[in-house]
Amino acid sequence: MPIEIPVEKWPGAVRTVTLGALKEDGGTRSRTATIGGEKAMPYLHFESDMPNRPAIAIEIRDRYPDDWSPLLQETWKEVMDDPAKWAKAAEDAGADCIVMYLSLTDREGKPNTPEAAVATVKSVLSAMGLPLMVFGPGQAETDNALLVPVAEATKGERLVLGLCEDKNYRTIVATAMANGHLVSARTPMDVNLAKQLNILITDMGLPPDRILMDPTTGALGYGIEYGYSAMERLRLAALQGDSMTQFPMIVNPGFETWKTKESKVGEGVPASWGDWLQRAINWETMTTITLLESGADIVVLRHPESVKQVKDAIVELMAVHQTA
Amino acid sequence: MALSGIQIYKLLPQTNCKECGFPTCLAFAMKLAAKQVELSSCPYVSEESKAQLAESAAPPIRLVALKSNGFEVKAGNEVVLYRHEKTFYNKPGIFVKVKDDRPAGEITAEVTQAEAFVANYVGINLTIDGFAVESATGQPGKFADAVGAVRAASQRPLILASQNPDVMAAGLRAVDGETPLALGADSSNWEAMADLAKQHKAALAVIGDSLEGISDLTEKIKAKGLEDLVIYPAGRGLSSQLVLNTQIRRLAIKKNFRPLGYPTMAFASSLASVSQAIAKYAGFIVLEQFAPELAYPVLVLRQNIYTDPQKPIQVQPGLYEINNPKPEDPVLVTTNFSITYFSVANEVEGSGLPAWLLVTDAEGMSVLTAWAAGKFDSERIARAVKTFNVADKVSRHRLVLPGHVAVLSGELEGELPEWEIRVGPREAVDIPKFMKQAL
Repeated sequence: MPIEIPVEKWPGAVRTVTLGALKEDGGTRSRTATIGGEKAMPYLHFESDMPNRPAIAIEIRDRYPDDWSPLLQETWKEVMDDPAKWAKAAEDAGADCIVMYLSLTDREGKPNTPEAAVATVKSVLSAMGLPLMVFGPGQAETDNALLVPVAEATKGERLVLGLCEDKNYRTIVATAMANGHLVSARTPMDVNLAKQLNILITDMGLPPDRILMDPTTGALGYGIEYGYSAMERLRLAALQGDSMTQFPMIVNPGFETWKTKESKVGEGVPASWGDWLQRAINWETMTTITLLESGADIVVLRHPESVKQVKDAIVELMAVHQTA
Repeated sequence: MALSGIQIYKLLPQTNCKECGFPTCLAFAMKLAAKQVELSSCPYVSEESKAQLAESAAPPIRLVALKSNGFEVKAGNEVVLYRHEKTFYNKPGIFVKVKDDRPAGEITAEVTQAEAFVANYVGINLTIDGFAVESATGQPGKFADAVGAVRAASQRPLILASQNPDVMAAGLRAVDGETPLALGADSSNWEAMADLAKQHKAALAVIGDSLEGISDLTEKIKAKGLEDLVIYPAGRGLSSQLVLNTQIRRLAIKKNFRPLGYPTMAFASSLASVSQAIAKYAGFIVLEQFAPELAYPVLVLRQNIYTDPQKPIQVQPGLYEINNPKPEDPVLVTTNFSITYFSVANEVEGSGLPAWLLVTDAEGMSVLTAWAAGKFDSERIARAVKTFNVADKVSRHRLVLPGHVAVLSGELEGELPEWEIRVGPREAVDIPKFMKQAL
């Protein structure tokens, strides 16, 4: 019985974005990460080639994260005291790029300084060859005070700076423009809010191939369905030709899942939750896979075992199915 | 696919006899298209038209139910490719695999453990749905014994997996009177399998790795009078599974292609394959093995993906205890939108600090939305304080409002003169710091 397979012909495509710059392009990276370029819904290779596989980022901090799950602390151990060593370990664990969050204060509780931030970013860049994303602590004034000098000191590296949010994006976008970097634009699980922020950022003149959008997501059990559907709708809008949604999507399943009780707590939980470590890895991995299925281009993870499993899944998803 | 009023009109007698209660056949056709009347109201419609109309009214993906001893697992009746377009209706059944090459005692023990599994998620008790018994030995006797060993520990619906008709017959005989899923029919055994499924009133899974092959089989089996079919697209790897399932769903829903209008099933050997099977269209999912730390997230993911996007999950309004609060600990106020509740509860829990969380009935809306809609105001908060007898449970009458509704604090002081009203942070993520520093 011959069957005519329905094929969706989309007028639009996601923009291709490259993180990091090699030496010959004005940076110091030994590898770059290129993502985006999709012309169909995720992994439907019979409709269109998927030119770039999604990238896996590992999240690190500029100081020891006291509030992280003990499972993560036991995994990364002493490298967590030194962001440069941690970044190198993350590179060895198979990451395609590194996300480093700058903290509000140092370990003694003193406010973080621009000098310290610049020194940390430089040490991380020299310790490993992957593209780097640098995100502020999430308070507008501090973010700007730390990110501007970082952007200036790393001109041409094509870092991703963040987070741009509706209340604070101008300074970060301006310094990204002036210093050859990219930005990540975060909005809370809503198609229109995402579009609006993307419009504001492109209106400032930042070339669209230097923008990532972070539509936010919830962890499995904590609102993943909202993020999942917002991402599917954003991707469909992009394929339908809406240029202000045609940016690669970055999501943070590591951050979201490791703050859930399922991952954070090992004692005093129901027996039906099973083995703690395995459960936490399952939580992170399943959240990530589900978001990849809805169009994620960069997934930011925390545990090396999740990285391994997600990497295997991406290889399988990228394999082209031979249709009869 | 549903026919339009005009298409239906062409199938009617077009005599305007009015016996259906409508002035013209066209008016009746319009009502039919809107599913507001039954075709049986027309006494003169031809048998041929009846058949055509019945066909068009059938759902694009057949509903298939597996049954046993009071349990039922349904799949099918889906109408969309993306959940935001409407919703996904029938949660895929989650089955745990056992093989017949192991001693009956071991099988019973494993099934007992999986059968006893219950995880509570937002007040819902999550359990697995059934078991898949696979013939590894190829011996009918062993297979029947394994089915018996499962039945010694669980009464839930079964999937019987063997492509050997003799083995299948033994398994089906062991659960006669139930509706298991026989897995299944391929191009070489389909006639025998179809006869067995018919004889034992089982649903039948059709195995194939190409859409053409699967369609040929479902048509041939349907011609033998069997309608409760399930498709097992035996693609290798995640990407081919995704492609096959997407094409089957699309052909069924968009093209009303009947030969593929059945629920699908999947074997999940990795976290990735089970996640994909839930999000991308499987109707029955077999886990290669049982472990609570796997079953729990699998069942939660299924719950999340199959949530109706138009009806956000609400939590029960009330006074929730977090980290075993004592009477002197603070009372935090939030709404009963599940995501709002989880964000707040999660942050408070993560902080390690004890608190009372007063979940106010805001009709399932988040703080800002509910406030804008007038569903989260000082009156409602004050009512919640009284309804849940908060004053009797805490010694220190101190209430913390979400930062987004700081504007309510004055009014609330009027409503609750005995209480100290504090304004907390706008975002849940800032709650732990606020609690450490300001409370």
